[in-house]
Amino acid sequence: MHHEVRIAGMGGQGIMLAGQLLAYATVIEDRNVVWFPAYGPETRGGTADCTVIMSTEEIGSPVSSSPHTLIAMNQLLLDKFAPEVRREGLILVNTSLAKAPDYRKDCRIVEIPATDIAAELGNAKAANMVLLGAYVQMVKPVSLDSIEKSMKEALPKRNHSFIPLNVAALMKGAEIAAGMDLG
Amino acid sequence: MTTRKLIKGNIAICHGAVAAKCDAFFGYPITPQNEIPELMSDLMPANGGIFLQAESEISAISMVYGAACAGKRAMTSSSSPGISLKQEGISYIAACELPCVIVNVQRGGPGLGNTLPSQADYFQTVKGGGHGDYKMLTLAPWSAQECYEFMPLAFDLADRYQNPAMILMDAIVGQMLEPVDLHNNFEICDYSKSWATIGARGRAHNIINSLWIDPEVMENLNLRMQAKYAAAQLHETRYAEYRTDDAELILVAYGSPARIAKTVVDMARDEGMAVGLLRPITLFPFPSARIAEYAKNGSRFMALEMSAGQMVEDVRLAVNGMADVAFYGRTGGVVPTPTDILNVVRASFSKPPVFSSYPSERRSVK
Repeated sequence: MHHEVRIAGMGGQGIMLAGQLLAYATVIEDRNVVWFPAYGPETRGGTADCTVIMSTEEIGSPVSSSPHTLIAMNQLLLDKFAPEVRREGLILVNTSLAKAPDYRKDCRIVEIPATDIAAELGNAKAANMVLLGAYVQMVKPVSLDSIEKSMKEALPKRNHSFIPLNVAALMKGAEIAAGMDLG
Repeated sequence: MTTRKLIKGNIAICHGAVAAKCDAFFGYPITPQNEIPELMSDLMPANGGIFLQAESEISAISMVYGAACAGKRAMTSSSSPGISLKQEGISYIAACELPCVIVNVQRGGPGLGNTLPSQADYFQTVKGGGHGDYKMLTLAPWSAQECYEFMPLAFDLADRYQNPAMILMDAIVGQMLEPVDLHNNFEICDYSKSWATIGARGRAHNIINSLWIDPEVMENLNLRMQAKYAAAQLHETRYAEYRTDDAELILVAYGSPARIAKTVVDMARDEGMAVGLLRPITLFPFPSARIAEYAKNGSRFMALEMSAGQMVEDVRLAVNGMADVAFYGRTGGVVPTPTDILNVVRASFSKPPVFSSYPSERRSVK
């Protein structure tokens, strides 16, 4: 098992957190993982992306030339990273804020209006969890249960009150993706 | 597996320092190493040590100098521009033959540069960034686990050789999260420090000084230091190898580029190219003898760095004309991808490049 995923969007969209939850969950399941962030000096409004590499083998490069999956939270970084996704890879698009690329016919493109769905659940900021849930459901690099368990570790205590909302958004994303699998 | 924790390389440095029974940390903030002073401000007092945020990097290294004079295990950490400021202090500490550990999480430069990964401080680290004929024993971790393991090792080397030791990292090694086994299973030696300036009651004064007006006294100090460095070259050279046995081309890289190179070795082997990796773990002392052995046996080399070409000079010195030494590097905070490096390797085997990105002419026009 070897999965490389890039999660990208604006600072403030919870890009780093989504990646960290995957990383913590992989450790819970006792496999190897590397999480590496890239962001500008701004905390909000700038661009942010992180790469998570999960493997049963020892991990060499922490840098991915062409990830298996791209989770894109906004248009700017979708356009930047869609060309790098591995042939026949997976691209998850937050269609509330971005239009899916029409030139990656080889990839499976999954369109989810994550920001709108999160807003319906009570907070648009949980859009990252909707897409993370869909990704985990489709690719199964870790279990949803491990992601849920990771939240207490990855989130600072002052944000633990957001865990129920995050879990609801995660499960909603998984449910949507499961429905797509059936279709 | 209760000791396996997901932490950044910078955090692993802190746990390693505590495991090494570090007595004092002096620092000044700078990205991308801020996690170190932040966590040390908790860990040091909690473990009976001292944490002090100095008013500048120069002040911090001077505090390390003072604590080392008192026989304490002292350290500081910073990033490239901050390490430049510490050079005067490092030269004094080396001349006084004092142990200490300095961590450099390198960032893009020169100048103020940026906070992204770089390895452009290699010359400054191993060729003497400060004035005078001194060396720093230098360890280059490539994982968060090694950040943890190398702190006790660095303190031990510093004590054993009475010389500053450096842990030379880059922003990837410092910032990436990896599982680390915090086993706390280290043998920490207690070195007798009869030279320490901790009060002379009942004995003659200890004097720690680097000002020796008499040239013969100064030369004797220099000869003693050079003898230490020769001994370190003999006993402390550390390196790791991966698939080098039958390698026609040996990639030489340290830190995170060595991680990328390891992946490239597997990619190249899959395509039938006999490529291996030699990773210097100590940058001083440098594994010159091992590289020379491979050169004699007909391997050629390619140095990979996040610099314009610094360590490559030490590879060329080791090879001494016996083999071809190529170089590939990126600068200013740009990180090479495995495909970037694979294509340089492919070119050296006269193979055309491969692409990891969807060809731009096939993208729709917006």
